[in-house]
Amino acid sequence: MEPIQLGRGDTEFIRKVEEESRQVVKKCYQCGNCTAGCPMSFSYDYTANQLMRLIQLGQRERVLKSRAVWMCVTCETCTTRCPNEIDVARVLDVCRHMARKAGYGGVFNNMRVFADSFLQTVRWNGKSHELGLMALFKMRAMKPFSDLSLAPSMLLKGKLPYLPHRIKGRSEVAGIFKRFSEQQLKELHAQTTDDKKPAGGDK
Amino acid sequence: MAEKTFAYYPGCSGAGTSIEYDKSNRAVCEELGIKLVDIPDWNCCGSTPAHQVDHVLSAALGARNFAQAEQLGLDTIITPCPACLKNQHNALEHMEEPGFAERVNELTRRPLTRKHSIKSVLQVILEDITPEEVAKHVKTPLSGIKIVPYYGCLMNRPGKSMKFDDDENPMALDRLMAAIGCEVLDFPLKQDCCGGAAGVADNKVTSRLSGRHLQVANHLGADAMVVACPLCQMNMDMRQAQANAYYGTSIKLPVFYYTQLMGLAFGIDKSRLALNKLIVDPAPVLAKIGKSAEEAQA
Repeated sequence: MEPIQLGRGDTEFIRKVEEESRQVVKKCYQCGNCTAGCPMSFSYDYTANQLMRLIQLGQRERVLKSRAVWMCVTCETCTTRCPNEIDVARVLDVCRHMARKAGYGGVFNNMRVFADSFLQTVRWNGKSHELGLMALFKMRAMKPFSDLSLAPSMLLKGKLPYLPHRIKGRSEVAGIFKRFSEQQLKELHAQTTDDKKPAGGDK
Repeated sequence: MAEKTFAYYPGCSGAGTSIEYDKSNRAVCEELGIKLVDIPDWNCCGSTPAHQVDHVLSAALGARNFAQAEQLGLDTIITPCPACLKNQHNALEHMEEPGFAERVNELTRRPLTRKHSIKSVLQVILEDITPEEVAKHVKTPLSGIKIVPYYGCLMNRPGKSMKFDDDENPMALDRLMAAIGCEVLDFPLKQDCCGGAAGVADNKVTSRLSGRHLQVANHLGADAMVVACPLCQMNMDMRQAQANAYYGTSIKLPVFYYTQLMGLAFGIDKSRLALNKLIVDPAPVLAKIGKSAEEAQA
């Protein structure tokens, strides 16, 4: 990893993470309990405790461009075991939200594509639809053959209904999504206007 | 015994991949005098994807369900699914934080008018019914089968928030399965993550994680695994072949919902327990019920 110049971190990033997660990241003293219990470390570029340190140092780009923020499955082992009662999983979730808003993660980030596909079925029907989700995911992630071997037995056992269950209040649910998207757009617009001002560095 | 009435949130998978959980859960609750009133026209809680996208959006999806439950005049929702539980539990918790409820209301446009709570069906059975009472309903003790209880991550972690059982060594399933006569084995991975919803995005992740549970259970001599979570069940049962392929193993371990085994012990009609929906065939294990180890060998 490139050396990090202390004192030149993005303090606005630290503030934002703390505000959104309602956690005090300064309290982390690097005991490493979170990482010791993390089942997903094998798939991370930075471990949980390294991410906490990077956040403390205001390393916005390093955190938000990490693979780890996408791979966390929010099992909350870290949260349960943190001696300083930091909800680490919530902090990482908030970083994932920020990475998403910043447009990081790429088109072929399967975790991202999965979340989008799932929520699309909820937006349409009011409930999630497993078969619809699979179809959307395969199409968007360009992984037509993933999990295909599971389909015959699941269909045969009637565990994957072909048609979605649509609720009566689906327009109300769609309204929630619509207003959320509008808020996101507004926020994005405000941000791009902000970005025109000179910002602090990341190193 | 007085009947206990709750608003019931079945969760989306209850009509699909975990249909056997919803069915057996309803049958067991009926037997135990827990009255379930389905929330009218409930919606998906957003599950893992919603909280991964935004906490306010996630809470808003849950809040609509609480608003729907207000029509029933019931303030406690119970749900069999730990993912539904966790998401909607967090929704209530976050809405206690300053300014959060207002942000949720902007999305739902339906502010809640009552105080709500949500807990798992498992918690109600353990705390309100108790294992001692459960034992009184047993007609056929499930003696002769060894099980490992697998809790998954979400139901009781972290303890200060979920306030149920122990967040490092939960015992709810151990106690209930012992109450219906199973031999319960100590399972060191009882709360280690199976990979959850990551399986759709990348099934090597779930294979790698759940494959360990299957191997340890197998090594301990378990006849079956018992779970309380649709995601755990899916990863252990539906994806068992993937885990076997990943590790080069050939384990065939049936993975039951705890309500299916309780129903069996209660003598509930098998069709209501939907045992035929399990992917790994449970018949060889079910044949062992009531037999001693020697009899089973013969």
